[in-house]
Amino acid sequence: MASVGECPATVSVKDKKLLEVKLGELPSWILMRDFSPSGIFGAFQRGYYRYYNKYINVKKGSISGITMVLACYVLFSYCFSYKHLKHERLRKYH
Amino acid sequence: MNENLFASFAAPTILGLPAAVPIILFPSLLIPTSKYLINNRLITTQQWLIQLTLKQMMTLHNTKGRTWSLMLISLIIFIATTNLLGLLPHSFTPTTQLSMNLAMAIPLWAGTVATGLRLKTKNTLAHLLPQGTPTPLIPMLIIIETISLFIQPMALAVRLTANITA
Repeated sequence: MASVGECPATVSVKDKKLLEVKLGELPSWILMRDFSPSGIFGAFQRGYYRYYNKYINVKKGSISGITMVLACYVLFSYCFSYKHLKHERLRKYH
Repeated sequence: MNENLFASFAAPTILGLPAAVPIILFPSLLIPTSKYLINNRLITTQQWLIQLTLKQMMTLHNTKGRTWSLMLISLIIFIATTNLLGLLPHSFTPTTQLSMNLAMAIPLWAGTVATGLRLKTKNTLAHLLPQGTPTPLIPMLIIIETISLFIQPMALAVRLTANITA
């Protein structure tokens, strides 16, 4: 991450977050990401803890934290079974 | 009607690869662990439920019998979450596959029978004959009890499969 004294204009491309990368720099930003297995696993872990600490690990967590996960799971399963569900539509010609 | 009768029971695939493994691992994401005494609401609810079932199951056992509690509670949690997640629309329930239920039933059943045979051989063999049978029936009953003993894992597995599939 950028050290404390640097102003944003001099931060290197590699350390920028996605929303701060300019459009022309996008290919070089993507190529500089860590695509090794441990890098990908680290990305999943970071994403998991970001969601967990925002919605579930709070003092008065509500049911929406886990409902969002289940809704995503339903959508995901629907995408995977679309191939079979295609044939069950109410149409004259399939 | 489906193109064949078994289309609705097919395991999900991604481009031909079995996608069952991520789906079986998904319930573990919903059960977080914690190293604190006082936790968020999700973990507290789950811990309360687990303690409720554990006390119901394990108060009747002695110290040695309670060594089974981890195995049994994790089994209960796995089957409960997997089956409940299967109630969501379009989701896939791994326990509808007979292969998975047999994989759970046979080792557990064999473990209990083998432990019983090794540690308390006389009692185990004595169980094969119910109390108070008339003498002429003894040979037949021993065979019947042996067969019923061996059918137990099949019965366990098929019971879960059929009920969840329905």
